[in-house]
Amino acid sequence: MKKKSIAILALMIVIAAAMNYVAFFGIAIGNMSWGGVLDEEQGIKRGIDLAGGSVISFQANAENPSETEMDVVEAIFSARLSNSGYTEARISRDEAGKITVEIPSETDTDKAASLLGSTAKLTFVNADGETVLDGATDIKNAEYKFGQTQQNGAQEAYVELTLTSDAVSKFADATRAAAARASGENYIAIMMDDQMISAPSVSEEINSETCIISGSFTPETAEELANQIKSGALPFDLTVISKDTIGPELGAKALPTSLVAAGIGILVVMLFMVIIYRIPGLMADLALLIYVGIISLVLGLMRVNLSLSGIAGIVLSIGMAVDANVIIFERMKEELKLGKTIKASVDAGFKKAFSAILDSNITTIITCVVLYFSGIGTIRGFAVTLGLGVVVSMLTAIIITKFLLKQLVGLNIRNRKLFCKQ
Amino acid sequence: MKTMNVTANKVKFLLLPLLIIVAGIVMYFVNGGFNFDIEFMGGVRMQVDMEQSFDNEEVSAFLEEKLGISPVIVQAGSGTTATIKTQPIDDAQKDLIFSSLKEKYGLTAEAPMSVNTASASFGSEVQGKAFTYTLIAILLILVYIAFRFEWRSAVMAVIALALNILVMMAVYAITYTPLNTTFIAAMLTIIGYSINNTIVVFDRIRENMKGFKARKGAKVSELVDRSITESMGRTLNTTITTLITIVLLYFLGVPSIKEFAFPLIIGVLAGAYSSIFIASPFWAAWKEAELEAAQQK
Repeated sequence: MKKKSIAILALMIVIAAAMNYVAFFGIAIGNMSWGGVLDEEQGIKRGIDLAGGSVISFQANAENPSETEMDVVEAIFSARLSNSGYTEARISRDEAGKITVEIPSETDTDKAASLLGSTAKLTFVNADGETVLDGATDIKNAEYKFGQTQQNGAQEAYVELTLTSDAVSKFADATRAAAARASGENYIAIMMDDQMISAPSVSEEINSETCIISGSFTPETAEELANQIKSGALPFDLTVISKDTIGPELGAKALPTSLVAAGIGILVVMLFMVIIYRIPGLMADLALLIYVGIISLVLGLMRVNLSLSGIAGIVLSIGMAVDANVIIFERMKEELKLGKTIKASVDAGFKKAFSAILDSNITTIITCVVLYFSGIGTIRGFAVTLGLGVVVSMLTAIIITKFLLKQLVGLNIRNRKLFCKQ
Repeated sequence: MKTMNVTANKVKFLLLPLLIIVAGIVMYFVNGGFNFDIEFMGGVRMQVDMEQSFDNEEVSAFLEEKLGISPVIVQAGSGTTATIKTQPIDDAQKDLIFSSLKEKYGLTAEAPMSVNTASASFGSEVQGKAFTYTLIAILLILVYIAFRFEWRSAVMAVIALALNILVMMAVYAITYTPLNTTFIAAMLTIIGYSINNTIVVFDRIRENMKGFKARKGAKVSELVDRSITESMGRTLNTTITTLITIVLLYFLGVPSIKEFAFPLIIGVLAGAYSSIFIASPFWAAWKEAELEAAQQK
């Protein structure tokens, strides 16, 4: 019994150490390897406020936009983002037509906002103001090109459109009609969001699958236009309601300083527990280390998106993790003072403390859930890490500490001073 | 351990939070309201490394003249960072802030450290959300406690919570700390956490109440005093362990983390205080009055 308990306690120490080692330094077995929780590629993702980048929130300018319309917006946003090379960007939606885009490492927020936010409604309009072609239905593809657009002209940036087969005949009709008109009216204007890009005059019917838009483009603006046409027009106007730019150097210090604070915090809490609760405190410390290991593994393997507020949540949860142990140990001390045996005190301590632990953790979880659903992006991370922390710590503080204390009882310690002041 | 006499002195214990709240109200009017950040009011907030020591007033006056708007609030941050806040302005004016600072102070950086803009409608939405979700959280907790304990406990716990929230708001008014989304998170955390301590005491009262009616001449206030004394160790030690990590975060963390840690520290302290000195003794007085009324019938 005694030897077994010692062996199990030793094993638990090894497990705690191994878990923390794997969590922070990673592991490699054969071909499988994982870089640990802080690994840039495989561990937690650093949120915009830690890594730098842009966060833009849009509000749809429409009464009660439908889910399908917002799906379209999201699809167009992600097309525009990936066409522009923002592969790491994240889009999240909120109720009432709100949509938020996070783009890591992009610091030109205004440019990104205008790329995403413009409706990109492309139309071909004749001199009477009638729409002859509509970008949303008549265009198959748009490509940025660089070269001559006119014979003997200079090289310039332009956008080449590929028309659908329906549109080819429509365009042929329209160009024939335009060519027949008097000079000054024989043009077809190309409009983007009610702004005229160019109004080339037409001298003959154009029966071709492709047509080009040229004007005073730079390669960048032409590429952006092609990108917008290709990804489609938004069903309605979107207004930017908030825009954040975070420079890379600002968040860089946040994670390491918080890690130091958390590390020192863990040590001080551990010391506190041993001083106040003696041998059981030592068991709580072991359970706390296991907690730190589990939570780091969970955050790392789930690749949680860690923000500044998320860090605050984790650090707070470390302090709260031993709360359940405090409640149990205080109870045990009382039972010991009543003259009960160590074993009876441990059992009674757990039994009587359970309701208080459950109730207090549930209220914290309630607030975390409310925070999460509040839809305020900056504090969602906090709700996630704190909520996760509370759930995991309930497991470690109750199940693991109980298991450890059982082994302690198995050691058959008779010296009650190791448990509390007599 | 000597039983603490909390119930008899409950009115005295109420003085400390009331004093803080009154100070908060006074400072509210002295400062002309809360220091609402742009997340609540809409506007632009920019952090710029000035690369030299600077005078807030001077930078503010310079920018007000350049932009033609007033006020432009300039606050010194850690090191040589300045935080600049204005009402909502357009992108061109926003760019002007940095370019004119760069020109005047010869800044070497190509861009500000951070820029946040929020429209006025976004601000009012966040304000509404903060209010709604705080209420929802309180209501849910009220229901949970009423379900697990009794409705009087739930009411007292929520009154203690309301007091905590008022104390926190008073501290924000006194210290003129910027009120932003962090504040909502801190507020809700405190709602969840400060109730923890209240529950520890209530749990002990609940346990001690078993078989209470059988004893003649026993008083609820004595029982509550005993329960508070018995659970004092737990309340103090859980508060200490929670405080250790946040206080360290406050002293070692970067400014934006400090902003988070500060209200949490205040909230944890207020929560421990109110659960010991407010929620339980006032619950005792209420319960006692109720029992007496029942006996006289």
